[in-house]
Amino acid sequence: MATTTTGLKQITLPELKGKAEPDWCPGCGDFGVLAALQKAVVELQVEPRNIVTISGIGCSSNLPGYINTYGMHTLHGRALAVATGVKLANHDLTVVVTGGDGDGFGIGGNHFIHTMRRNVDLVYLAMDNQIYGLTTGQLSPTSRLGMKTKSTPFGSVEGPINPISLALAAGATFVARGFSGEQKHLTDLIKQAIRHKGFAFIDVFSPCVTYNHDNTYPWFKQRVKKLEDDSAYDSSNWIMAVEKSQIWGEEIPIGKFFQRTDIPSLHEAEPVLDEGGPLAHRRLGISPLIAQELLAELM
Amino acid sequence: MKYTFAVSIGGAAGQGVATPGNIFARIFARRGLYLNAYNAYQSIIRGGHTFLTIRTGPEPVTNMGDRIDLLITLNQDTMDRHLGLLGPGAAVIYNGDSIKPGATPEGVRLCPLPVGELSKNSRNKVEQNTLAVAAAMNMMGIGFQALEEVLTQQFKKKGDAVVNENVEVARAAYQYATAHFEAFPHPVPMTDHPKAVLTGNMALAMGGAAAGVKFYCAYPMSPSTGVLHWMASHARKTGIMVRQVEDEIGVINMAIGAAHAGCRAMCATSGGGFALMTEGLGMSAMIETPVVVIDVQRAGPSTGVPTKTEQGDLWQMLGAGHGDYPRVIASPLDVADCFQLIPEIFNVIDKYQCPGIVLTDLLLSEGTAAVDPESLNFNVEIDRGDLITEAEANGANGYKRYLYTESGVSPRAIPGVPGHMHTVATDEHQEDGVLISDEFTNPIKRREMMEKRQRKIAGIEAAVIAPELVGSPDAEVTLIGWGSTKGVIEEAVELLNEEGITANRLQIRWLVPLHGDRIVEILKNCERTIIVENNYSGQFARYLRSETSFVPDGHIRKYDGEPFMPHHIVEAVKEQLGGRTKLSVPMHEIMV
Repeated sequence: MATTTTGLKQITLPELKGKAEPDWCPGCGDFGVLAALQKAVVELQVEPRNIVTISGIGCSSNLPGYINTYGMHTLHGRALAVATGVKLANHDLTVVVTGGDGDGFGIGGNHFIHTMRRNVDLVYLAMDNQIYGLTTGQLSPTSRLGMKTKSTPFGSVEGPINPISLALAAGATFVARGFSGEQKHLTDLIKQAIRHKGFAFIDVFSPCVTYNHDNTYPWFKQRVKKLEDDSAYDSSNWIMAVEKSQIWGEEIPIGKFFQRTDIPSLHEAEPVLDEGGPLAHRRLGISPLIAQELLAELM
Repeated sequence: MKYTFAVSIGGAAGQGVATPGNIFARIFARRGLYLNAYNAYQSIIRGGHTFLTIRTGPEPVTNMGDRIDLLITLNQDTMDRHLGLLGPGAAVIYNGDSIKPGATPEGVRLCPLPVGELSKNSRNKVEQNTLAVAAAMNMMGIGFQALEEVLTQQFKKKGDAVVNENVEVARAAYQYATAHFEAFPHPVPMTDHPKAVLTGNMALAMGGAAAGVKFYCAYPMSPSTGVLHWMASHARKTGIMVRQVEDEIGVINMAIGAAHAGCRAMCATSGGGFALMTEGLGMSAMIETPVVVIDVQRAGPSTGVPTKTEQGDLWQMLGAGHGDYPRVIASPLDVADCFQLIPEIFNVIDKYQCPGIVLTDLLLSEGTAAVDPESLNFNVEIDRGDLITEAEANGANGYKRYLYTESGVSPRAIPGVPGHMHTVATDEHQEDGVLISDEFTNPIKRREMMEKRQRKIAGIEAAVIAPELVGSPDAEVTLIGWGSTKGVIEEAVELLNEEGITANRLQIRWLVPLHGDRIVEILKNCERTIIVENNYSGQFARYLRSETSFVPDGHIRKYDGEPFMPHHIVEAVKEQLGGRTKLSVPMHEIMV
């Protein structure tokens, strides 16, 4: 993803504070994701007015209101579709999509798959807490088999989806997993995702301290293991990434699973954008010469 | 009665009804004639029964009419279905080797072509279609050269051999017709002004290009897919980003994203796809990002009859999406209007920052017309309203995206503009965009923001023109219609007047806002009012009543999938004038 740096004045953390205070529960994992995103923007010095932060609906989807960039708080599950439109209309913008596991993998699952196959140049931060929080605690697409929630009081008989394996299968060109409790690591992943020219997906463990008593901070802290600490791991190796994505249990890998940089993103591949700059700034209408040609086709 | 000539071609899907249809259309339009073509077909790639009627004349031709002058049957089925419906003076051309005519109405001329003999010199199996077209040209009094030119153009991609073969076979049939078939008494005329031939879907797409659409996306759905096809094939030439999206939910959300970033964005679908878009439509209204959605109606409900026409989606459009919000709904009146309406509605919705719906139907969208090229004017006014696309000289301290204004319209800054950063939200929000839905709700601010959005409706109403009565104000009968029925109602009015029943008409183009007061003012002075619409329950009649309390004297409705023909309306009016009924449902006599 293109970054726009300012030569004039430094972007600082305070100016990235949004108009509203987060209304997340105290201790919510989403605070850590917001902080890491703001730090990544400061460290990369991306001009905030050239960022559009786009979300769906859910606790984590309130994030655009808490960061001082252009923002869109859209419909449940639709953020990636809206974001694709924004990016294609003005590919000079840096587009960051945030949302939860229900928003992205449940109701928005279709858009998730297709945005990956299209390699739209944007960052997608899925704040994954394995539960529906804003609706007060129901099963989510990433809730574990057997999990007891308000909608599965006797334990779920459905297994979860694996967002990392799904992303790899769907052709995502940057696939990573972060943990809200690992700030520096997460900030670094987001920076890499912003720099990546193509679809960059980060599944971020963002514990829900109110409704998910299974997947807690201590639960994750005991298990997460950074891929970056494994010198034998090669994130350009798709097969290795798929194998690694299947590991879940006493050890849960986090870090960059996979990245490829050899295929163009959607706006780079689209010939209509070859010249003339972003669509949003082009002159409207049809020139008399083209109009004449279009009419001639009908005669 | 004005001169028209109608030729119908029938066969199974895959037998090549379209090619002779295109040849006739090209030749008529080049002779400076208007035309209307309606193709009755099924959702099948091979088989079924396809029946194309092309009606032409020196004055505007707006519908398929009541009479077939020349029938070309490509198979026995077509002969069996249609021969009995021909009237005196009509002729039928068919393959005499393989098709048997059966009982022939009096005064109908049978013109069998010895296809085997005429095509015996051909290396390939020659299409009987070319032979039939050539014989038809001869009988219509059109010189062979016109056909030769069009055949050459039609087949040039397939190489000289195919061109020559078709031209030679055509010449043989043309000569055969000279010797064996009697020509029609009046040759098809000519004028000095060649016409442009296009479908309603092409017109909608071209209207979008003219309006400055830079982003078009869609999911294929009959009968709207033609818009996608034109857009995709002209994307590079016109600089329009065209995307095929995974579903209609994605379509409208992607279009809104592009619109929010500053493009004029448009999408098209049919009722089923529109159903998926309704939540997105509400987002357009709530975040105040304008988008145009075209709904091309087909016979519903549910999957319904995908290849048949209806005006059954009006209430779907009126009620689309939950909650109250301003929207604009307009229904183009003819193929040229499909082009003209798009720039108009974009100017309205850009100014008032709300969703715009273009409500048309299969009859127009897949119908073909020859129109004056001047009616397709790309040099249109483009007014984007209060749109901030670059930093203002005086800065933007305290920019509020949803600033309260008298008009309800707040200046809209697109992402990237310095000093205007804000977050738009589908949650209710206050002037600066901050939510008043979650942590803090506020009845006073909620009321103010609702009223701000709804205030736009008054401006929208003033921005679109009210409908007008056409014809003598003291006529015995006033026919009221909306959208695509304009052409057939116009002709029914002419026929009634010729028969001594004075009639006038009122056609509605802007459905929301309706200008109900003006409509009532017109209708209250009319002697007898009859609403004509292509649906079961009288959706427009019910809408008009809900908005104005106006109740018409009668209704003419049709919901069999086929469009009205002029005589359906004429006979229904007579039936109602005779006091026999207040609700006429004409029977479609042609089995297609």
